[in-house]
Amino acid sequence: MPKDHGIGASPKRREDVRFLTGAGNYTDDINVHGQAYVHFLRSDMAHGKINGIDTSAAEGMPGVVRIFTGKDFEGVGGLPCGWQVTDKNGDPMKEPPHPVLAQGKVRHVGDPIAAVVADSLEQARTAAEAIVLDIEELPAVVDMAKALQPGATKVHDDLSDNLCYDWQFGTDTETTDAAFKNAAHVTTLELVNNRLVANPMEPRVAVGEYSRARDEHTLYTTSQNPHVIRLLMGAFVLGIPEHKLRVVAPDVGGGFGTKIFHYAEEAFCTFAAKACNRPVKWTATRSEAFMSDAHGRDHVTKIELALDKDNNFIGIRTDTLANMGAYLSTFASSVPTWLHGTLMAGNYKTPAVQVNVKAVFTNTVPVDAYRGAGRPEATFQLERVIDKAARELGVDPIALRRQNFITQFPYATPVAVEYDTGDYEATMAKMEELMDIGGFAARRKASEAKGMLRGLGVNCFIEACGIAPSNLVGQLGARAGLYDAATVRVNATGSISVMVGAHSHGQGHETVFPQVVAEMLGIDESMIDIVHGDTSKIPFGMGTYGSRSLAVCGSAMVRATEKIINKAKKIAGHLLEASDSDIELKDGKFTVAGTDKSVAWGDVTLAAYVPHNYPLEDIEPGLEETAFYDPANFTYPAGAYACEVEVDPETGKVTIEKFVSADDFGNVVNPMIVEGQVHGGIAQGIGQALLENCAYDENGQLLSASYMDYAMPRADDLPHMANYVVDHSCQTPCTHNPLGVKGCGEAGAIGSPPTVVNAVIDALHSGGHTHVSHIDMPVSPSRVWAAINGQ
Amino acid sequence: MTKVTMTVNGKTVSGEVKGNTLLTEFLREDLRLTGTHVGCDTSQCGACVVHVNGEAVKSCTMFAAEADGAEVKTIEGMANADGSLSVIQQAFQDYHGLQCGFCTPGMVMSAAALLKENPKPSEAEVRDYLEGNICRCTGYHNIVRAIMAASGQDVPAVAAE
Repeated sequence: MPKDHGIGASPKRREDVRFLTGAGNYTDDINVHGQAYVHFLRSDMAHGKINGIDTSAAEGMPGVVRIFTGKDFEGVGGLPCGWQVTDKNGDPMKEPPHPVLAQGKVRHVGDPIAAVVADSLEQARTAAEAIVLDIEELPAVVDMAKALQPGATKVHDDLSDNLCYDWQFGTDTETTDAAFKNAAHVTTLELVNNRLVANPMEPRVAVGEYSRARDEHTLYTTSQNPHVIRLLMGAFVLGIPEHKLRVVAPDVGGGFGTKIFHYAEEAFCTFAAKACNRPVKWTATRSEAFMSDAHGRDHVTKIELALDKDNNFIGIRTDTLANMGAYLSTFASSVPTWLHGTLMAGNYKTPAVQVNVKAVFTNTVPVDAYRGAGRPEATFQLERVIDKAARELGVDPIALRRQNFITQFPYATPVAVEYDTGDYEATMAKMEELMDIGGFAARRKASEAKGMLRGLGVNCFIEACGIAPSNLVGQLGARAGLYDAATVRVNATGSISVMVGAHSHGQGHETVFPQVVAEMLGIDESMIDIVHGDTSKIPFGMGTYGSRSLAVCGSAMVRATEKIINKAKKIAGHLLEASDSDIELKDGKFTVAGTDKSVAWGDVTLAAYVPHNYPLEDIEPGLEETAFYDPANFTYPAGAYACEVEVDPETGKVTIEKFVSADDFGNVVNPMIVEGQVHGGIAQGIGQALLENCAYDENGQLLSASYMDYAMPRADDLPHMANYVVDHSCQTPCTHNPLGVKGCGEAGAIGSPPTVVNAVIDALHSGGHTHVSHIDMPVSPSRVWAAINGQ
Repeated sequence: MTKVTMTVNGKTVSGEVKGNTLLTEFLREDLRLTGTHVGCDTSQCGACVVHVNGEAVKSCTMFAAEADGAEVKTIEGMANADGSLSVIQQAFQDYHGLQCGFCTPGMVMSAAALLKENPKPSEAEVRDYLEGNICRCTGYHNIVRAIMAASGQDVPAVAAE
C-alpha cells in the first residue's frame, strides 16, 4: 500500500504552484531599483594577442555608465580552480591565471574582452559595437593530440606546453602489463566521449548590488551553490570578507552541473556594482551561454580489456586525453581524475585496473562537470569495450557481465574506492524481466518485416555519489570540504523552518525534505518549510550536484532533527515529571512509556519559547539545532539498463523503441521525484548518444552556438510511454548514512549512452554489417549510413 | 516610440514601445509579468509561448507593436478566477510534469493550444506538437502524461498499449 505522507510517499510538489502560475522568482525576474545593464564584448577568434582595446568612441555614447577591460582587474584575483591534481611525477598540475576579463590574450571564442555598463541593455550593446579591438590572430589549438605535439602553439605562454597534468592511477604498471601479457584475449577500443553543452533552459544571470552605507555586497546568481560562490569570489577573487558578502540563488531553472562553477560574470557584476555605485545586471543570451557556460565531457580514450581463457576480466587499462579548454574551471581538474578514474572497475571484480589521463589546454570554452561528471565517461568506455569483447568472443553480453560481477561487499576496488553495498545480480534480473528479453527475437522479426534493423543493447553502471568525505578528498587535492549542513528551527507555535545548504533547481527539495523531518517527528509535512539559496539565511553547505543533497544535506537534517528530539524529550519529561529517557515520541505526541500521560508537540514547542515551567538549570530555552554532516564515504548507486532501437538502413536514422532502467538507489524518499530524475537523466544520455555535439572547426570557431545547430532532445526523440519503464525497486540501502539513500540525480545520464550505442551496433550486426565495431557519439543518421557503407 | 494598447489576461494595458521591442520584453519589463520566459535566441525553445487572439505564439518572435489591439493571454492568466489551477495546470502538478519550472509556462500554453485544436490527441500527436517546446529536466515523459490526462484520456491505458 503506497504511503501518502512521510518517507516513501509521493506528495504533490509545493514548488509547482508558483511555477505553474508564472510566479517563480528566477534571477532575471529580479530587478533592482536603479540597475544598470552590462553587455560583454566577447572574442570572435579562438586565439589572439590583444594589442589594444580602444574604448574612447564607446565611452561617450548615450547611456554608457562605464566600460571595463582586463586592466581594471589587474589588482583583483583570477577565477580559482578548486581541486589541485598532482601528476604522476608528484608535481602539481599547471594552473595558469584565469582573469575576469581577458588580459594579454584571448584564448577562446567567447572569452570576454570588455564589459559595457549602461542604463539599458540596448545602449550597452550599441556602445560595445563602437569599441575598436586590435587583436592579432594566433594559430588556434583545438585538437588535443595536436595540442600536445612538440612545437604546438601554446594556449598559455608561461607554461612549457599545453599539458595541464599527466596522471596515472590504480594498479601499478608492472602488474597491469603482466595481466595483459598473460591474457587469453585482449579487446581494444578507441572512442570519443563527445563534448556537450549542458543547456539548462534558464540561461545564466547575475545581478550585483552594493550598499555604500553598509559596505555590503549582494549577488543574485543562477547558482547551484551560493555559499561556494561566496567563498571563492569573496576570498580568492575580490577580497570581500564573507560577512560583507551575501549571495542569493533564488529559483534556478536547471543546473546539471554547469551552474556550480564561479564564473567571470558573477565576479564582474559584484565588482562593477561597487565601482559604478549602481546595481549591475547581466542576462546571458542562449548564444552567449554556448560560448561561456562550461562545457562537458570531451574525452578521447583508448581502453583495453584483458580476459582469461574462461572469460574472466583480468585487466583494464585506459589512456585518455581530457580537454580542459582554455582555462581551468572550478572543478575541471577533478572530473577526469577522481570522478572518472575511480569508477573504472565498474561493477566487476577485475583485479588490475590502471587509468592514465592527460589533461590538455585548448583554445575552446573551459570544460567542467556535467551531469555525471566523469562517471558517464568511465561507464561508456567500460560498457562499450565489454560489449565489443562479447562480440569478439561470441558470448552473450549479459552472461559475460554476470560472471564478472562483484558479489561480496564491502568491496575494495583497485582504484581506491570501496563499494559499501550493492546487488548487481538483482538489477540485472529486474532489467531482464522488465525488458522481456525473451521476446526480443520476435520483435526483431517484426522490425525486419518493415525493412528495419532492430538491435538490443544492455549494460550495467555504477557511480560514486554523495560527495564526499572531506579528509579523503582533501588528500586528493580538493581545496574545499564536501560536508553539508542544516538548521532545524522550531517555532513557538510548533511550525518548523529548516535552513539547508543544499539548493533545489528542479529536484523538489521543498517537498521532499519535509517528508523526512515529518516522518521523524510524527507531525504533518505542511508544518515544515524549507529555506534554501540565501547565504544570509542558511548554514554553510556545499550545494547541490553529484547527487548529494539527500545523502549529505539530508543526513545533516536528520542529525539536527535528532538533536531537536533529544531536547524536546527533556522538555516533555519536565512537563510530565518523568525522566527524558522514559519519553517516547510518536505521531507528534510525547508520552511517558507504559502510561497514557502525554503532552502534545505544540505544548513542548511553546514551553521552549515561553519557559515558565521549564528545566532552566539543565537546558537553555529555544528549540533550534544545527548539524554539519561529513559523509563517511561516497554512495554507490548502480543498475542495469537495456534498450531496443530500430535503424533504417537506407537513411541511418535510429529510433528508440523500448527502454528499461533498473536502478538501485538504496532507500527512496519520494518515488515520483526519483523517477523524474531518471527520466531527465536518460533524456540527456539519449541526447548525447544520438543528437548532441558541441562542435569546433580547426580554427576554433564554435560551430554549434545556438539551437539551430545543437540538437536538443525533444518529446518525439524519446520512447513512448508503453515502451519505457524506469524501476528502482531493487534497493540495497547505503550502509553509512542515516537515511540509507544513495542519490539518483545522475544515474540516467550515466547508464544510458552505452545502452543506445550497444543497441545500434547490435542492429547493424543483425543486418550483416559486422565490419562496424563502433560508431562515435552522436550516432547520427549520417554516421550510421557512413558506417554501413564502409565510409 | 509608439503607443500600444492591448488586453492582457483580461485587463486593458497600454505602453510606449520602440519598433523593435519584442512582445516578451513588453510583458516582462513593462508589465512585470515575468512568468513568460526567455530560453533561447532562435525561436526554438518555446519558453516564451503565449496566446495572441487565441493562438499560440512565441512572444520572442513578435514585436509588441504587432500585438496592438490584440487579446493576449499569458501563464499568469491561466488559473481559474478563484486562484485554483486550471485542468492543464493541475494535471502538470498531478503527474510531476515539471522540475525546475523554467519551460513550464510555455509548455502549459502550448498544451492549452493543442487541446483546443485537438481535444483528444494521441501520444504521437502530443509529442509531435511539442517539437517547439524544449525541456531539459523532465525527459518529457511526465509532460506527455499530464497532457493526455488533461485531455480526459486514460493515462495508464495509453501507457499499456
